[in-house]
Amino acid sequence: MGKVGIIGVGQSSFVRGYPGSIRELAFEGFKEAMKDAQLTVKDIDASIVCSAPEYDKQRSPAGVFAEYLGLIPQPTCYLESLCSSSSMGLRVAYSLVKSGLHDVVAVIGFQKMSEISSAESQERMGRGADIQWESPFGTMMPAYYAMYARAHMEKYGTTPEDLALIRVKASTYGQINDKAVYRKPVTLEMFSDPDSPMSGPVASPLRVGDCCANADGASCVIVANEEKAKALSDKPVWILGLGAASTAVNLAGRDLFTGLTVAQEAATQAYEMAGVGPKDIDVAEVHDCFTIAEMMAYENLGFAEPGGGKELIRGKETYKEGSIPVNVDGGLLSKGHPVGATGGSQIRTIVLQLRGEAGEMQVKDPEIGLVHNIGGVGLYGNVTILGR
Amino acid sequence: MGKKKKEVDDRFKKFGIVSFTGITKVNDFVQYLEQGKVMGMQCKGCGRKYFPPRADCCQCLDSNMQWFEVSGTGKLVTYSQLQYAPLGFEADLPYCIALLDYGDYKVFGRIAKDLPESELKIGMEMKTQAIKLPNGQLSYEFTRV
Repeated sequence: MGKVGIIGVGQSSFVRGYPGSIRELAFEGFKEAMKDAQLTVKDIDASIVCSAPEYDKQRSPAGVFAEYLGLIPQPTCYLESLCSSSSMGLRVAYSLVKSGLHDVVAVIGFQKMSEISSAESQERMGRGADIQWESPFGTMMPAYYAMYARAHMEKYGTTPEDLALIRVKASTYGQINDKAVYRKPVTLEMFSDPDSPMSGPVASPLRVGDCCANADGASCVIVANEEKAKALSDKPVWILGLGAASTAVNLAGRDLFTGLTVAQEAATQAYEMAGVGPKDIDVAEVHDCFTIAEMMAYENLGFAEPGGGKELIRGKETYKEGSIPVNVDGGLLSKGHPVGATGGSQIRTIVLQLRGEAGEMQVKDPEIGLVHNIGGVGLYGNVTILGR
Repeated sequence: MGKKKKEVDDRFKKFGIVSFTGITKVNDFVQYLEQGKVMGMQCKGCGRKYFPPRADCCQCLDSNMQWFEVSGTGKLVTYSQLQYAPLGFEADLPYCIALLDYGDYKVFGRIAKDLPESELKIGMEMKTQAIKLPNGQLSYEFTRV
């Protein structure tokens, strides 16, 4: 059985208040990926539509999109694993292609979050946690991650400034990513300036600057079997490793609060499948929905020992010129986080990096890249390793 | 003669400031809260203790369960004070959510309002106490020992 390659990637700009409907939003990511791969709709054998369902009025968007994108009568379906939906979509697309059932599959991720208010959105996102036993206390995503941040600080001496440094790095690249929603510079000083929005408390110890913003956006990744990939593309990027895991939804069912077990397990699987280790990774995209999430990702992916993540960011090792560049497209912190589109956007960044097409954000000659995409509060974890 | 309406046991909607669940097989949890008790479930087969309580044991694939009381003290694992709340909880701000470790099981909940964040320390021993909320709902909170 041959390899599975990525032959096209695309994403819309991530914005606040997209001026169109969800099918029009999905078209933007799809169009870019199709043009990137130089395909026509007849080349696509099936599509997988990925998002978190609670933001839209449209029930079952897959069929609506298939028609709008010109992908009928080919099969389509909807797939959801919260914020890691489109990485899970890539995993399923891989298996559809690897099994021989289809030759070319499009993974379409999207989310239009702006139709509801920020408080409503927090409440709905909070319902990605345990609605029976946790939500009645008034939980929300930043507070859960804040609990991890508190435990990490207590055990390893990580400081709020270490977390702020991650946001500063994100803004360095967000400023040069024309598809990012937040493109202004962020400095460490802003976190201690009471007049700066960055310093505002959200859920202790996390501040506004530690949190990514909601956004509207769409992404698309097109995968093909080896024969088709080579025939259709002169620069396919190969899927070398895939890992995925789940854990207890209620924090009461977990034992680790200084890292995410789903990331550890997914990384172990992906490294084993790819036959590589953390030191072989030349560029990575990690799920920095909050600064603490990136800090834990450094450690869970093996870029640093547990507790050693702070040394990486203090030493600027995760900057473009460092030993392991991470989120050099600005990450979720700068790009924004349109839930279902995020994984596809991360995959797009790594594909462009491996092709040497990342422009100002390009890392020097990377051969192997990694995508770490988390759903919920570490409820689902996907790690994908890509190579030239 | 009209058909007799089937009675629905939706006591669970009384749990928490805003409940998102009305019906569950562990509805008695609310009854116990009313009596001032916070209860978990234990599997009679393997002895595993579950908190939050559940009607079924995934280890034995059986539903032969008994209630046990969350008693004694648990260690504060981690916590966070919210300055921004989801819909329906704004009036409570600021409030602290937290996790206690009782050894065999853990309990997720809120810190009592009269305990300021500055007095919290990871590892400190705390108790879980059933409470009645001002709006008549039932819940529990973590208090000083």
